Amino acid sequence: MVRAFAAVLAFTALIGQAQAVDKIKIGFLSTLSGPSAAIAIDIRDGFNTFVQLNGGKLGGIPIEMIYGDDQQNPDTGKQLAEKLLKRDRVDFITGIVFSNVMMAVAPSVFESQTFLISANSGPTAFAGEGCSPWFFGVSWQNDGVHEAAGKYVNDKGFKNVVLVAPNYPAGKDALTGFKRFYKGNVIEEIYPKLAQLDFSAEIAQIRAAKPDALYIFLPGGMGVNFIKQYVAAGLNKQMVLVGPGFSADEDLIKAVGEPMVGMFNTSQWAHDLDNAANKRFVAEFQKQYQRLPTLYASQGYDAAQLLDSAIRDVKGKIEDKDALRKTLQAANFKSVRGDFKFNVNHFPIQSYYLREVVKEPAGRITNKLIGPVLVAQGDAYASACKMK
Amino acid sequence: MSTDAILVFEQCLNGLQFGLMLFLLAAGLTLVFGIMDMINLAHGSLYMIGAYLAATLVPATGSFWLGVGLAAGGTAVIGMLLEVSVLRTLYQRDHLSQVLATFALLLIANELVRIIFGDQALLLNAPDSLSGPIELLPGFTYPAYRLVIIAVGLVVAIALYALVAHTRVGMLVRAGASNREMALAMGVNVKRLFTAVFGVGAALCALAGAMLGPLLAVQVGMGESILILAFVVIVIGGIGSIRGALLGALLVGIVDTAGRTLLPMSLRALMPPAIASNLGPALASILIYVLMVAVLFWRPQGLFPARG
Repeated sequence: MVRAFAAVLAFTALIGQAQAVDKIKIGFLSTLSGPSAAIAIDIRDGFNTFVQLNGGKLGGIPIEMIYGDDQQNPDTGKQLAEKLLKRDRVDFITGIVFSNVMMAVAPSVFESQTFLISANSGPTAFAGEGCSPWFFGVSWQNDGVHEAAGKYVNDKGFKNVVLVAPNYPAGKDALTGFKRFYKGNVIEEIYPKLAQLDFSAEIAQIRAAKPDALYIFLPGGMGVNFIKQYVAAGLNKQMVLVGPGFSADEDLIKAVGEPMVGMFNTSQWAHDLDNAANKRFVAEFQKQYQRLPTLYASQGYDAAQLLDSAIRDVKGKIEDKDALRKTLQAANFKSVRGDFKFNVNHFPIQSYYLREVVKEPAGRITNKLIGPVLVAQGDAYASACKMK
Repeated sequence: MSTDAILVFEQCLNGLQFGLMLFLLAAGLTLVFGIMDMINLAHGSLYMIGAYLAATLVPATGSFWLGVGLAAGGTAVIGMLLEVSVLRTLYQRDHLSQVLATFALLLIANELVRIIFGDQALLLNAPDSLSGPIELLPGFTYPAYRLVIIAVGLVVAIALYALVAHTRVGMLVRAGASNREMALAMGVNVKRLFTAVFGVGAALCALAGAMLGPLLAVQVGMGESILILAFVVIVIGGIGSIRGALLGALLVGIVDTAGRTLLPMSLRALMPPAIASNLGPALASILIYVLMVAVLFWRPQGLFPARG
């Protein structure tokens, strides 16, 4: 009798351990104000495009989004993360745009054993020895897009280049990635302050260096101002401008316009990539928001798809973190960028493409897909990651 | 002209442009500080309000210069209302209460702007005719808009100098700055003078905000970062002195601009590139504060103090 009772108890305890939850809370911590807010807004809108399509659910369970604005400030980000984890008790955190915020926020998220799904920033610090079982980068490792750009600039035979990137972790990662594939001469590496908006001194320096090609990694408002000032200084007639997709997507095209035409850039995604998932995403995003999505929006959409697939495959039992980690790692969804899977370090293995900013016959200025630069590419740090 | 000479020349123009805009901010700040002995942290908010008004009024009127003019006028009115309603009561208080009260104003202004205009930065474009380059020397093109900023800055600086040095109002202002009690005793209508000075200071702020709008971004909090620089300028120049503000602003502008390029370049010649690329930007950003410390060490009263 006692034994039977104990068995029943043990059985109910087992059930109680992992039950499907009835609501999932997602903390969306991002840079929702300031000159670079367009990035966060596109990630958010991309994420919500998928949630809307799914009737407000992920993996069949209703979700609640809790937003926080880090104002591009690591300290603010850290405080907001504490609030999301301790007071709101969110099940996932996503949305972080900038790597300096990511570096400040991640330790407390990892410590609380909450999954951090990055739809943008992919710092090197979490890709090698420092890889974490609580981190999944659904966008890219920071170097990736820049490696593709380095390869393109190298293949085109540009002999002398100047590189510009902000003085913060992702800026250093960017130029490291570029140089890994570019074998020509780097005349100058310029690191302006993050969030600097006036580039007069840097432009004078670039003019004096006389490169064949100029590579800029300046996301958001920095890129808008730089390209405007670069054109106003007449430098566009003296060198070729190349950038990662971040320096040449819809947010910049909208703000800068005509001077962007002809700019080559690399990205893991393009709005005219030919696959069914992407067609559905681009059409639905345009229907909901009346504008073309950026690569940031595609990353937000894929982050939502990843959560959807992982939650569905654990049948909503997200309290079982180990099982959830396995279904996240499986990445059982059709990415809008085509083939996608996770490496051992929870960063993507994916292809990178070349795009060109063109003016369409109808007058619309947008990116056109040229072709793949790197195919099924992992990152350079995964081998140092000891995680299984 | 050789490449190096062009680089130095271009950096001087850039430094001049940045310095003159800092001067517009610092002029108002130094007068308010010098004459009324009032620390006004909300000075940067007037700069922000000016930029927001310009970003709204330029598209609304369809003319860049009309929009900027109206923004400067509007900000002057807001500044004077602020002076009459709130700041006037603070003159008799100590500096700590002034800092606290004007810091509160700064936070209120930021939130109000956020409520009215939203979180996202506004876009203010230079007029189309000025958005391209001008060939200054064979093979050297410079942005037309930056030249216009330099011209506007110089005109305002000269006008302000003439106003302060050669008019009756200017004499009263100088008297107030060098010895406030004596000016009071001599029967100067200090109340009206203070309000007028505050209005002019606000208009200059707004002009700087509107002119820099197309180069920077019109956003909440834009006033704080530049306010710190403006304080550095008036400390270097000497509190209460227009001449000191001009010289200090140009010094800060040129040191900051030159430091951002020349320092990393010379460091690269001295040490491995990996260390130089880390150290260069870090050192460049503290260069003007090093300058301020040096001035404070050798001339604690600033380069051109208003008070003998």
